[in-house]
Amino acid sequence: MTKQHVAFKLNGKQVDVLVEPRELLVHTIRESLSLTGTHIGCESSHCGACTVDLDGKSVKSCTVLAVQANGSELKTVEGLADAEGLHAVQQAFIEEHGLQCGFCTPGMLIRAYRFLQENPNPTEEEIRWGMSGNLCRCTGYQNIVKAVQSAAQTLQKA
Amino acid sequence: MDNPTEQQDREDTLKGVGCSRRRKEDARFVQGTGRYTDDIKLPGMLFADMVRSPYAHARIKSINKEKALALPGVHAVLTADDLKPLNLHWMPTLAGDVQAVLADEKVHFQYQEVAVVIADDRYIAADATELVEVEYEELEVLVDPHRAMDADAPILREDLVGKMDGAHSVRVHDNHIFNWQAGEKDATDRVFEQAEVTVKQDMYYPRVHPCPMETCGCVASYDKINEHLTVHLTSQAPHVVRTVVSMLSGIPESRVRIVSPDIGGGFGNKVGIYPGYVVSIVASIVLGVPVKWVEDRMENISTTAFARDYHMTGEIAADSEGRIKALRVNVLADHGAFDACADPSKFPAGLMHICTGSYDIPVAHLNVDGVYTNKAPGGVAYRCSFRVTEAVYVIERTIDVLAQKLGIDKAEIRRRNFVKVEQFPYKTCLGWELDSGDYHTALEKVLNAVDYESLRREQQEKRAQGELMGIGLCTFTEIVGAGPSRNCDILGVGMFDSAEIRVHPTGSIIARMGTITQGQGHQTTYAQIIASELGISSDDISIEEGDTDTAPYGLGTYGSRSTPVGGAATAVAARKIRAKAQKIAAHLLEVSENDIEWDIDRFKVKGVPGQEKTMKEVAWAAYNNVPEGMEPGLEAVDYYDPPNFTYPFGIYLCVVDIDKSTGETSVRRFYALDDCGTRINPMIIEGQIHGGLTEGFAVAMGQEMPFDEQGNLLGNTLMDYFVPTFVETPHWETDYTVTPSPHHPLGAKGVAESPHVGSIPCFTSAIVDAFSHLDVTHMNMPHSAYRVWQKVHELGLDSPV
Amino acid sequence: MIPAQFEYHKATSIQDAIAQLGAHEESKLLAGGHSLLPMMKLRFAEPPHLIDINGIEELRGIRLDGDTICIGAMTTENELIQSEILQQHCPLLVEAARLVADPQVRNRGTIGGDVVHGDPGNDHPAVMLALDATLVLHGPDGERQTPANGFFLGTYWNDLQEHEILVELRVPVIKKGVGHGYHKLKRKTGDYAVAASPVVVELDGDVCRDIRIALTNVAPMAIRAEAAEAILRGKAIDEALIDQAAREVVAACEPAEDLRGDALYKSNMAAEMARRSIRAALQQARG
Repeated sequence: MTKQHVAFKLNGKQVDVLVEPRELLVHTIRESLSLTGTHIGCESSHCGACTVDLDGKSVKSCTVLAVQANGSELKTVEGLADAEGLHAVQQAFIEEHGLQCGFCTPGMLIRAYRFLQENPNPTEEEIRWGMSGNLCRCTGYQNIVKAVQSAAQTLQKA
Repeated sequence: MDNPTEQQDREDTLKGVGCSRRRKEDARFVQGTGRYTDDIKLPGMLFADMVRSPYAHARIKSINKEKALALPGVHAVLTADDLKPLNLHWMPTLAGDVQAVLADEKVHFQYQEVAVVIADDRYIAADATELVEVEYEELEVLVDPHRAMDADAPILREDLVGKMDGAHSVRVHDNHIFNWQAGEKDATDRVFEQAEVTVKQDMYYPRVHPCPMETCGCVASYDKINEHLTVHLTSQAPHVVRTVVSMLSGIPESRVRIVSPDIGGGFGNKVGIYPGYVVSIVASIVLGVPVKWVEDRMENISTTAFARDYHMTGEIAADSEGRIKALRVNVLADHGAFDACADPSKFPAGLMHICTGSYDIPVAHLNVDGVYTNKAPGGVAYRCSFRVTEAVYVIERTIDVLAQKLGIDKAEIRRRNFVKVEQFPYKTCLGWELDSGDYHTALEKVLNAVDYESLRREQQEKRAQGELMGIGLCTFTEIVGAGPSRNCDILGVGMFDSAEIRVHPTGSIIARMGTITQGQGHQTTYAQIIASELGISSDDISIEEGDTDTAPYGLGTYGSRSTPVGGAATAVAARKIRAKAQKIAAHLLEVSENDIEWDIDRFKVKGVPGQEKTMKEVAWAAYNNVPEGMEPGLEAVDYYDPPNFTYPFGIYLCVVDIDKSTGETSVRRFYALDDCGTRINPMIIEGQIHGGLTEGFAVAMGQEMPFDEQGNLLGNTLMDYFVPTFVETPHWETDYTVTPSPHHPLGAKGVAESPHVGSIPCFTSAIVDAFSHLDVTHMNMPHSAYRVWQKVHELGLDSPV
Repeated sequence: MIPAQFEYHKATSIQDAIAQLGAHEESKLLAGGHSLLPMMKLRFAEPPHLIDINGIEELRGIRLDGDTICIGAMTTENELIQSEILQQHCPLLVEAARLVADPQVRNRGTIGGDVVHGDPGNDHPAVMLALDATLVLHGPDGERQTPANGFFLGTYWNDLQEHEILVELRVPVIKKGVGHGYHKLKRKTGDYAVAASPVVVELDGDVCRDIRIALTNVAPMAIRAEAAEAILRGKAIDEALIDQAAREVVAACEPAEDLRGDALYKSNMAAEMARRSIRAALQQARG
């Protein structure tokens, strides 16, 4: 099958890859572009471990074709921290013990990053609803909720 | 005089035992730089994918690889026939059985591995699996374990026909694996015959799957030049894997390196040794290049290590006051097609004989029969210690039934039967010695916290209005920290664990353990233990685990054994270092060792203020100024063989409201009091409890692996298999008491599994309680809305339609 | 979980998409992809050509045209939720969209894809039935409009003709005296419905002038519970009548048994969801 050129901005950097049409975006990010922070958990768009930010929207990259990302702007967990240090959501997850094995964490963080832009001052119920596309087996979610609340406060002060 | 503030400052600087130190491992995880097995990419690496059986029981008539081999990018297609010359088509299990690596003439369960394809990448490998042509002849399928030992049951294991001498007992049928008993049968039966009151309850603990977020996988890499094998894999027990791989492959253990990198959750799923690992290793040896195998979610749920699947009957004999006189438990255990349970060798039903629970029971008898069925092998401890979840479930359910029969409140009946604080250490009638506990205090604390009496009053009012409200209680005792090598081994290796600590000249430390973290935060908490023992800040202590080339041999992390065994080894190794350091300090201070005392982070000359040497100073001296005759350096190793298990306990209370129209259960309140002895990091403990409760909620309310009559597994994706999201998961309230273990160096007992073990019967207790005024004594899990509604409907409580 | 190979084509306009459907045998349209791609990964579907219609701007957006709301077929679930037009003029669609899948999936999943995919678990077909929507379809022979009622014929079977594309969905704005209700029972976030029921009621004073009760996932396709509607139409609806209607809802169901429940449970849950939706719709209609 003819491979196709796909170009997009990944964490602010222009990238260009050659992919089969059937290649899933998560594999392109992990294999061709070697950013392995984005994880594969269920492959059926239920767990959210593969969540990335595509043109300002959270999507599950196991259920998007790489060719569909052509011309887009992508952000993964690796793009959250900047020269100033960790992003507020990253810091809050550490402070509130919002992670254990760390496998769901990148998806959680990139979703929380976008969610707090959609809803900068959420209630607990809104957090639970807005984060419900991401599964975690370790934390029972309670500390993740606290972390998102805490990050919201930090971001509002900033 | 010592200055208390100054001392407190020094104590705080250490970030030692008891502080909620933030986790050392988090910095890499939040930046996406964790290194999990599937993140590993080696030059020339190929990818393995499995051809799996669509049938649960069938004879393989033929396998045609030609089309698959013709696909560009395919390097090999291996079947059992290819593994035969290497004698690797079958492998030993941890339970004394053998398991087919690739199906040999017959498939025994749906999704069994039939052939493996090795290709350039996972896309080509997936295409090639579709091209392998397998011809099957379907055989009669055995799904129901109750039928397994019928005279006309289809025989599953042709390789075992006539071999009636099983690994654990005589086998009485070709589908029988073992019979195992504990306690005194005759004495127990006699008590039952004469008892004032008896109760009997059948219950099924469904087959479930641990389902960690990361599936199982490996990267095998054989270096032909140096004849050295390196395997990165998702293992909770890398050292045991090394021993097994060496035994199977014939490669000396010194040339086998197993690395468990970051692990995305284990929960028992990553204890086993799976065909995918074996074929990847074989393929790498044969092809001379690295081979990666990573299962997808459906393969994970369908084939690698289920848990539970116990059909249990609990019986209690008691007096009319509800005092238990005897316990009888019968179990039919469905082990699937191969007995690949992960239990200490001597215990084919794990530690099921902890089923006397928190109660003072004079006599008991436990009888377990294991049988084969056409289902995947497994039987791991899903966030619990070997079958403890099942044990706690059967006793907690049965005591509830007794309370109900006698009309005694379920808290009161527990008060009457608890082992009393003065009875510890308490020898149970099934042979365990409960190390410490104070159940009465903990129970009253919980009842007061939730205002139990008013909850019961509210329930009365609700019932009068026709509403369904339930209060669940579970007062459990766990048995963790396997275990003393006199009764615990895996494949003959005693279940000790180990720590090796090296203090560098400038006073920072590297330490390595035989355990392996999967989210528990070992890098954080082991450092806290060493910090408190040696007076070096935990920030200056690096912890490494999981690489068999560098870490000392250990049995791994499962069954809540890291803190009880690995943590003890760490403390003891640190104490060895401190003992040597004390000698060096005496030498430096030019006093006798007996004149020296330890103070947080330094040695002081007794009664002489200012005469002191910090551990940092002693570390430096250890490399240039040791007493004559002493070898330089400051390090120690400890292999810790625990004198006993530890017995964490907890009191859980749950309040539920049930919607009669839909069967949906709302968990209004869940209050969990845990006693894990000495608390090393309260923040991490609380996190572990939240997680364990959530996994318990998942099991109780939705998880199951149902099979149809043909042995097809129904529901092996995360659409069907219940992993609750943020929305479904209840809010958790936690509390604690501290009853240290008398035999553990730190008094710690282990905690992560208690909330799973204890919450599950608590949920059932709550659901059943909502119906208990209608003479319902038990309802089997999962308590999904569908199943609860069926009970509502059966009782005619739903709105008429 | 890897899809078989296919050729990928990006359509630039509705016309182009129709032309490509004609040009490539057995091709499939790729909308949000959250039903199609999982089926392809399981190799339950192996279309040799995918025609991606995500780039067609004319398929997106929500606009008000007099008393009609026109919704582009490629409008995502989250766009439905966020639409002020819908919040104000068609709360049923907002409610329904909020209960579809999860936040990430709602960013990709489209109303049009959901309507034509054909799984009885899809939520929007029943919503379209309850709203008495009109589907605007474009094909090689031009445009046609068809009522949602009658469009859904069975599982993976509807009235979409060869090389035809669903372009737009038209629903009436809610008016004074009209009420919407929506209730859905599911096992967890991300699951299909055990049963769901969108209801639209029109009151004339206390009397029900018209009512449409639709049901999700309790038959081979989305259905209307017409016998139940007949019981309520022309009457002042009270609890006793709702009970009678609920009985007719049960009778209308023919669900397939699966892990969500057997026929008895699912039918009863459909009735319960309908009951709740009728009550909610009445409350809204009464203002």
